[in-house]
This record gives sequence, C-alpha cells and structure tokens, in this order.
Amino acid sequence: MEQLLLLIFLPLVGAIITAFAGKSAKIVSTVFSVTSLVLALVIACNFIPNANTQFEVNLPWIADLGINFHAGIDGISMLVVLLTNLLVPIIILSSYKHEYKNPAAFYGLILFMQCGLLLVFTALDAFLFYIGWEAALIPIYFICAIWGGKDRIRINMKFFVYTIAGSLFMLMGIIYLYLQNPAHNFDIQAFYALNLDSAQQGWIFWAFFIAFAIKMPIFPFHTWQPDTYTAAPAQGTMLLSGIMLKMGIYGVIRWLLPIVPAGVYDWGQVAIILSIIGIVYASLIAFTQKDAKRLVAYSSIAHVGLISAGIFAFNQQGMQGAMVQMLSHGINVVGLFFVLDIIFSRVKTNKIEELGGIAKVAPQLAIAFLIIVLGTVALPGTNGFIGEFLLLMGVYNYGIWAAAIAGLTIIFGAVYMLRMYQNVMLGETNSLTITFTDIKGTEKLVLYTICALIIVLGVYPKPILHLTEASVQHLLEQVNQKLNTVN
Amino acid sequence: MNIIITISITAFIVLYAGLFKANKALLPLTVVGLLTALGFTFCAWNGNAVHFGMMQTDNFALAFSGVCIIGTLLIFLLTQNYFHAKSDNIAEYYTLILFALAGMIMMVSYKNMAMLFVGLEIMSVSLYILAGIRKKDFASNEASLKYFLMGAFSTGFLLFGITLIYGATGSFDLDKIQAYLVNNTTSVSPIFYPGVILMMIGLCFKVGAAPFHFWTPDVYEGSPSLITTFMSTVVKTAGFAAFLRLFAGALAPLHDFWVAPLMVIVCLTLFIGNVTALFQKNFKRMLAYSSISHAGYLLFSLIVLTKNSGNNVLVYTAAYTFASIIAFAVLILVKQKTGSDSFESFNGLGKKNPLVALSLTIAMLSLAGIPLTAGFIGKYLMFLNVMTQYKTLLVAFAILNALVGFYYYFKVIVAVWFKDGAETELSTPVQYKVVLLVSVVITLILGIYPAIILNLI
Repeated sequence: MEQLLLLIFLPLVGAIITAFAGKSAKIVSTVFSVTSLVLALVIACNFIPNANTQFEVNLPWIADLGINFHAGIDGISMLVVLLTNLLVPIIILSSYKHEYKNPAAFYGLILFMQCGLLLVFTALDAFLFYIGWEAALIPIYFICAIWGGKDRIRINMKFFVYTIAGSLFMLMGIIYLYLQNPAHNFDIQAFYALNLDSAQQGWIFWAFFIAFAIKMPIFPFHTWQPDTYTAAPAQGTMLLSGIMLKMGIYGVIRWLLPIVPAGVYDWGQVAIILSIIGIVYASLIAFTQKDAKRLVAYSSIAHVGLISAGIFAFNQQGMQGAMVQMLSHGINVVGLFFVLDIIFSRVKTNKIEELGGIAKVAPQLAIAFLIIVLGTVALPGTNGFIGEFLLLMGVYNYGIWAAAIAGLTIIFGAVYMLRMYQNVMLGETNSLTITFTDIKGTEKLVLYTICALIIVLGVYPKPILHLTEASVQHLLEQVNQKLNTVN
Repeated sequence: MNIIITISITAFIVLYAGLFKANKALLPLTVVGLLTALGFTFCAWNGNAVHFGMMQTDNFALAFSGVCIIGTLLIFLLTQNYFHAKSDNIAEYYTLILFALAGMIMMVSYKNMAMLFVGLEIMSVSLYILAGIRKKDFASNEASLKYFLMGAFSTGFLLFGITLIYGATGSFDLDKIQAYLVNNTTSVSPIFYPGVILMMIGLCFKVGAAPFHFWTPDVYEGSPSLITTFMSTVVKTAGFAAFLRLFAGALAPLHDFWVAPLMVIVCLTLFIGNVTALFQKNFKRMLAYSSISHAGYLLFSLIVLTKNSGNNVLVYTAAYTFASIIAFAVLILVKQKTGSDSFESFNGLGKKNPLVALSLTIAMLSLAGIPLTAGFIGKYLMFLNVMTQYKTLLVAFAILNALVGFYYYFKVIVAVWFKDGAETELSTPVQYKVVLLVSVVITLILGIYPAIILNLI
C-alpha cells in the first residue's frame, strides 16, 4: 500500500519542490515525472493481471462524514495510471524548447495536476474521486489561462464553468448515493451494492453522465473544447486531450456503469446516439477547419465519441476496445499536438493553407508526423487500429446501423487527417517554410518515443489487452448480475 | 461570564490608555485581553454552565465565541498603519470594537431573550459609531446613518416579536418557550406566530438576508474597510449563531410553520446576492453582495434541522470569516497603494506580489467553494444538510447560484494573475503577513482535514 501512496503523492511533493525551484524548475519537474514513471512501471510489473483490486489503501480521513482515503488499482486503473505517468514526462520534455515565463509555477501546476489525475484514477471512495476530479481541474485552468493564447480569459472561464457545473451535479448525485447507503460512507463497493429503483437510477445516471460527457466531451456538451484546445499553450492542450478527457471515460466505466446499470440500460441508447452524432458532426466540422490545431481538436471529439459508443454498447469487445483506445488516443493526440507545436514555434502559424513542403526541409519530422497520423487514422499495424477495430466490433454487436455510421469515423478521419498532412508537409516549400529546421534534441527524443509506442502497441497489443481483460470481464459480470436482479 | 468580563475590562483599560496617549500600548493590551478571553473560552469547554438564568455557555456558545474572538484578533492585527494614519483618537476604535465583541458573546450564548436584545444592542450601537467614525468622510456618514436607521427599524421588529412571544408564553427563557411549544402542540396561542415571523424579520435584517438586505452594500462600501471586515465576518457569525440558537433551539417545534417563509428568504437571498454581485465593478461592493449570498447558504442549516446544524454553521462561518479577512486585508493594502477599490486596481498584482496574490487566490477559491479549501467543506455540509430530506430542487438551485459565484470570484483571480496592470509593489507590514499566513493556513487545514472541527458542538 505504501507504493500506491508514494505513486499518488510523489507528484505533489514534486509540485511543491518545483514551485520553489526557480529557474531549474524544468529539470526538477522532469526528474520527478520520470521517477513517477519508473514507479508506475514498477507497480505495473508487480501487478497481477486478475480482477482483484491491488495495492489497496484504506485510511480514515474525515470519519464523521464517512469519508475515507480509499484507493487501489485494478486492471482498468492500471492502464490509465500508466498512461498518465507516461504522458506527463513526455509533455514536460516536449516543453524544453519553450521558455515560459515563471517556469516554477508552470511545471509545479503540471505536477499538481498529475496528482489530481492519479487520485481520480485510483480512488475507491466517491468523495476522494470528487476531490481528485476538482484538483485536476484547477491547475489546468491556471495553465491555460496564464500561458494561453488570444482571448484566453473568456475561453477558459467558459471551460471552467462548464466542467464545474457538471461536477457539482455529480456531487449532488454522490451525496444522494451516500444518503441511500445504510453504512453512510462513500465506499465504491457499498455504492455497487445499493438497490435503487429505475427512476432513481435514471436521474443519477444523468447527474453523473453530464459531468463525464462534458469532460470527454460528447456532443452536445463539447462546445467548450475546440476554443479551449486552440487557446491553451501546447502543453495544456496535451494535458487536456491526452489525459484529462480520459477522466470522463474512466468515470463512466468505474462509477456510472456499475452503480446505475438500470439507468444505463434505460438511457444508454441516448448516450450512444449522442456519441454517434458527435462522431459524424465533429468529423464534418473537421473537414472545414483551416487551422490544424482546431482540426485535431475536432478529430479528438470524433475519436472520443467512438470510445464512448463502445462503452455504452456494453460488451467485452467494446469495453476492451475503449481501454486500448484510451491509451492509443492519449499517445497519438499528444504526438499530433506536439508536431503542431513544433511547426508553430518555427513559423508562428498553424493555418493549413499557409504551410506546405515541410517534408522537403525536415524529413525526420515528416516521418514521425506520418507515423502519428497513420496511428490516428487507425492503419493496421499501428496502435489506433487495435482500439478502433475492437470498438467497432463492440458497436456492431450492439447494432449494425450504429456500427455503420460509427465506422464512418475511420473513413472521415483518414480523409481529413491525410489531407491535412498533405497540405502541411508535402508539396512545394513556400517563403514561410523554406527556412524550416528539422527536429533535434528533446524534440527527437519525444517524437521517436511516441512513434515507437505507436508501432510497438500496434504490432504487439497483447500486454495491454491482458492487463485489463480480467477487470473488464469482472465488471461486465458484476453489472449483468445486478441488472438481472433489478429486472 | 469570564469571557464577557475580560473583554469589557480590556475595553475600559484600552480607553484609559488612549486617554493618557499611550497609543503604542493599545494593540498589545488588546491582544493580551483577547487571548485571555480565548483562554477562558477553552477552559469553559464542556462546562455547560448557566449564568443567572440569562446565559448558557454551552459548547455551541463557546465555539462561536472562539471564532468571533479569533476573527477579532486577526482584524486587530490589521490595524497596523491603518487607524494611525487617519486619526489621533485610535483608542476609541479599539474600545468600540471590543464592546461590540462583548455584545456578540452575549448574542451567541443567550438563554433569555432579554439577553439577546441587550447583546444585539451593545453590538449594534458600537457598530453605528464605528461605521461613521470618519466624521469628515461623506460616505462614512451616509453609511452610519443608513445603518442606524435600518438597524433601529429592525430592532423594533425584533422587540415586537419578543413581546408577542412573551405574551403567548409568559417567559423570555428559551427553555420555557420550547417547553410551551412542546406542551401545547395543538393550542399554540395565535399571537405566537406573528411573534416568530417578526423575530425572523428582525434577525434577517441583522444578518443581511434578502429582501432585508438593502442596507448592506451601502453600509459596507461607505464604512472604513477594516470596520467592513469586522461587520461582514465576525458580526455576521454572531448574527447567525443568535439566529440558530433561537430557531434551531427554542422554536424548533414550530419548524413546519416557519420553514416556508424561510425558504422564500433563502431563495431570494441566494439569487439576489449572487446575481447582483456579478455586476459589481467595485471589489468591496462585490464582497458585500457576496456576503448576502453566503447568508443564503448559511440559512440552509435551518431549512432542515439536524443535530449537525449548529456545527455546519460553525464550519461555514469559520471558512467564510477567514477567507473574507484575507480578501479585505489585501483590499486594504491595494487601496493604500492605488487609492481605489475597483477590480482594475488589482490588475497585475501577482507579478510583483506573488505571495499576497496567492493568499487572495486561495481566499477566492474558498469563497467560491473549490475543494481542498474550507469553503468547499462549508458548502458541502450545507448541501448535505438539505439533501438529507432530498430537497434536490433547492440544491440544484443553489448549484446554479454557486456557478454564478464562480464568475465573480474568478474575476478577481483573473485580474490578479492574467491581466496586465500597473504592477505596483505593495508594502506589506509584518502584521499583515501574519494575518494572511494564519488565515491561509486555517483555510487549507479546514479544507484538507476538517475532522478537527466537525464534532465540536
């Protein structure tokens, strides 16, 4: 159990030390994030891939209110914990070429956010989950609002109020569950065991679903996302898209499905329809985008829509697909935003039509970017393929029409992503891109790591599938059993 | 009893010290006096003593006394360079604040409604003078006059209510009133009901709940900032304790009757407080309106009476008091430098004064109710309180209001960190640093580990 506490609080310690590190904040935060990654890998090695919750910690925190510091890791948590601790060092390394003003605060906030994220991904106490949920939001708000681009104050206020509105209603749902629970605590197992009728489950479904849907985001709760992604600093965008949106997906799997299965049964169809509308809608808008960063933002909505559809399809394939895709999407989207950041830092624009011919002057960047784009469009042999294939299979088992429409995402995605690649990288160089210099130093390190992950996970996804399989199966059994008793 | 005596004697000593122009001795004397009073508060813990049938120092009274005394202590520390720069007769400030505090101790520990009235008047009269103590300042005079007229008016309501209840029950004693209600469940005298409503109106005036809030913004804005701090934190805490002592104690058997008008008051208070605060351009005025909205959340504890109602109010008022003290302390510093208390004068504060700005940010997060600060625990307890009877609509309404709250509290954070401004460097006296540090630490401790305060009462 000490390992888990260390895992969660190491970033927090790192955040505090970084905050006082002054000019060397970059190095200090890198050291802490890499140590966290190593720690996560150690935990993953000691993790036995069965359905049990491991490394469990259960300490009394606010005993009078039934709140415990109860956390643990099962297969599903393990995956997102790995993702978080993998991406944070990558994101920090990706910032090496930037000279942000007040770096101590910048890197401190990133590590603080990591602590919040890890709390979310390991919490087994609803109150703790909520605390982590908000603790991850506050730092990213400041990161985006201090170091962001044009109009950042208004955009981030919208983002903040949107997400916190969702989470407050979720809090209301949590309090309701707490009061229903005869033991008067927030323990997840006690919540699983509650016998709520379908009307209660219905409204609790919505209280939770809206919070998760805003975070992911699912249509029609996505309106904050493109602006926020565009205005945020590159590292902020990576944190938001790479890790933070997984909070919503994880929340659905960990809290929504098992607690209110009848609510999901009644309303899941609505969720799937919204997800599919989101896929088509976001893809169509992505076609028309002139700014590459906005294009990737919309493509992210489309991808998340598919993940959400796969989860609500509620079968083994869909769920496993969601797992793999969470990891793949996190890696790929961070890669995409990093490439766009590299381009922006050299030519000060992400407008697709102003670019072109970069491949001629920067071949290494072109290759890395191509691999990432192919991963994103789910070419067989890349990590994106495994996830999307399983997800589509899951959705197909749910309904053939749903799968047919959701499958458009792959075709659409290929079209707009490849077109973007073509216009940005290929063709003739222009006055702007002629002086483009190729990637070097940390840029190389980060991009090569991402490319290696894309290919390795694409060719050999078994460890990931194996990691989550038992937990996913257990979850499905648990929920089906509960559904049978309700009906 | 010791507490009141100590505070009153300190007040007199300070007054005489002022007479002999011992201005340097005022603050130490006051601090010693207040610390002694605080010591007596701790000693009396769990004593539950009744003094002459008029006051009862139960844990409820002692806990709120403690919060009031600590709050006052912090405010006294903020007097450094504040009064000295403005006036020669600073002993009067000290004395009047101490008298007001003595009144408040009576308000939080009364057992007899006569004591409620006496305590309320001691406090109010001191505050009328304090509000207008800058006799050459137009706004200060206006504030004083408005406060006096409205205050006198509300006292009339309160007194009339007390009279009617006395008429119905034949006693001022809280226990006897409660016994009367319990014994005559079906045949409560018809004059009792208007008595309850009149008392409710009178107390709502005092705590600044809508629609009886109209005096608050003008009085808060016009009074000297430090007096405003005192009024919006410590005075409010005492007002709520008095409210709770009467309604959650003696009048609890009549809950079904008075909960409906109270519900209207709560909804109006939340809505008016939050929405008007949104449109303020002046930081001090925004805090005044936000204090109205906090009154709304605080009244949640009376909508559903549980055994934790008193403690919930204690947590909330403590959270609110410390956060507000930070906000006002920074306001005073900024105003001394820039001469203005608009939002613009906070622009770019974070660049040159990161620690002061960080304190202000934590205060705003606490007032807005963000987790890991005391304000969140306060709000959470209030929501939990009304959710025990599944008043989901009320909570949903409160959540919408809380969202409005985020907007105006974050306006401050935005100004401090994200906007470019004059980048003035504040001169922060040592005592201010102490107050900011203490308040920030308390805010964070209560936010992260509130267990220490949850079972006090």
